[in-house]
Amino acid sequence: MIPFEYVRATDVAGAVAAGAAPGAAYLAAGTNLLDLMKGGVARPTRLVDITRLPGLAAVERRDDGGVRIGALARNSDLAHDPAFAEAYPAVAEALLSGASAQLRNAATAAGNVMQRTRCAYFTDPGSACNKRRPGSGCDAIGGETRLHAILGWSEACIATHPSDFCVPLVALDAGVEIAGPAGTRLVPLESFHRLPGTTPERETVLEPGELITALVLPPEAAAFAGHSRYLKVRDRTSYAFAVVSAAAALRLEGGRIAEARLALGGVALKPWRSRDAEGLLAGRAPDAAAFREAADAALAGARPSGDNAFKIELSRRLAVRALTAAAAGTPARLPALPGSVLAPAPEAAHV
Amino acid sequence: MSFDIVLTVNGTRRTIPIPDPRVTLLDLLRESLHLTGAKKGCDRGQCGACTVLVDGRRINSCLALAASLDGAEILTIEGLAEGDRLHPVQEAFITHDGFQCGFCTPGQIMSAVGLIREAQAGDDPERVREAMSGNLCRCGAYAGITEAVLEAQKALSQNAPTTRQGEAA
Ligand SMILES: Cc1cc2nc3c(=O)[nH]c(=O)nc-3n(C[C@H](O)[C@H](O)[C@H](O)COP(=O)(O)OP(=O)(O)OC[C@H]3O[C@@H](n4cnc5c(N)ncnc54)[C@H](O)[C@@H]3O)c2cc1C
Ligand code: SF4
Ligand code: FES
Ligand code: FES
Repeated sequence: MIPFEYVRATDVAGAVAAGAAPGAAYLAAGTNLLDLMKGGVARPTRLVDITRLPGLAAVERRDDGGVRIGALARNSDLAHDPAFAEAYPAVAEALLSGASAQLRNAATAAGNVMQRTRCAYFTDPGSACNKRRPGSGCDAIGGETRLHAILGWSEACIATHPSDFCVPLVALDAGVEIAGPAGTRLVPLESFHRLPGTTPERETVLEPGELITALVLPPEAAAFAGHSRYLKVRDRTSYAFAVVSAAAALRLEGGRIAEARLALGGVALKPWRSRDAEGLLAGRAPDAAAFREAADAALAGARPSGDNAFKIELSRRLAVRALTAAAAGTPARLPALPGSVLAPAPEAAHV
Repeated sequence: MSFDIVLTVNGTRRTIPIPDPRVTLLDLLRESLHLTGAKKGCDRGQCGACTVLVDGRRINSCLALAASLDGAEILTIEGLAEGDRLHPVQEAFITHDGFQCGFCTPGQIMSAVGLIREAQAGDDPERVREAMSGNLCRCGAYAGITEAVLEAQKALSQNAPTTRQGEAA
């Protein structure tokens, strides 16, 4: 870790001013940033500690029926907020399927959205990586690509965004509230992360100094509460990133799908919402044929970026399964293994 | 840039100089305060050996910047027993063979204390295993750890009204 100046921000305007300086980075819980700094991947020369900014940890219901998740709300506090989990069960399930209890206790909502890719070549300063060092090449191409993208990738970068939280959020039309030197703005989460194109080093739409102050769910998002699931295929039962994941949410009326939401995780450099799939499902009966058509539509543009063609069919099947589970109804209590595709194991089955 | 922070560590309020802001809570505990119970397994959030409670919540001290925690209350494995009287979680780990080499154990125990406070797992072993998944054990003592957590939770709920030192911190 290179030396840095530590600055503790006490208000948003001060944070934005301190964060706009070249070499500055915002510090929330640090569970991603410190990890990357230890590895020499992130090399900020100034850390602006935002954990004491007043009022940013709250989860507030809005008069219009929406909800505002403060940037500093801890992942576990949000997932275990009973009113929040009841209204947005797939978001709670996604949060609880991520990382570990210790990490969720620390990690903040905005930090989760801003976390960097887990591409092993990105985290190894000895490898060529266009994201870490623009123009240096991409050692992932032709390398180990199990966790790499099948949608939206480019010849410059084939990495994925690792967040679970973002997947149901994008399905539910979340917005990102941003404060910056020029004032505040609200950007749809769907267009917040950038696909790599020729500039994989530009990861989000944030400009220097801009700070996420909240994530906002619109009033309609709660209408899916009865039929929402998040499923996540992992290489081990728990405490692992997604190989692929899917968030499905349905609004059923008279035995038909009035409205559907579907998003995939672990497939692209952003949480991947499929409006084509959603459109196909509207008005249909919630059955296997409809779900398979929707899954086909969601993966229509998918291409392997290496040795990962298996992820395409895996994503289709997971999408079908998440939609099927959503149609069956949100469970009254979150499953013991949130997001797990494994059936509840008998006592001591996997210790 | 050198400055001081104040931490209440195992019940004692201390002013601690931070000569370099790069120090993590784990390094501060081990190197400056000589509290070597919390272990450095991976130093990257991947094993749980460094688990301590900060303001009553379990976190990975290896991924927490000490400077950022100014004013916090820290509970480490060293602060859990009352003199010679072990904390119920410590007792249960012994009763149920919840360890072999012991390297992961301080983290496991602090994680279990945090888990019991969170009160999300109930008496379902699957939920306990899931909630303990942030603590790896290379000796594979998982079966005993799950039993220990369940038993300690029961013991603590039975003497719930009398707060023990470790519980109150
Ligand atoms: C072992 C391990 C396993 C994990 N497993 C999972 C998993 O399965 N699923 C998953 O989704 N995540 C997982 N994570 C990632 C974890 O969710 C993130 O590390 C965490 O959410 C980051 O939050 P933080 O508050 O610690 O952010 P920090 O580390 O403090 O910050 C992360 C980034 O966000 C920026 N930032 C923070 N707050 C703001 C803000 N308000 N505005 C603008 N920029 C900001 C920082 O500058 C930094 O670049 C795992 C992490 C570890 C270490
Ligand atoms: S895939 Fe992207 S992040 Fe990974 S090495 Fe290539 S350019 Fe870097
Ligand atoms: S040492 Fe902190 S998680 Fe491994
Ligand atoms: S007892 Fe040896 S690592 Fe757990």
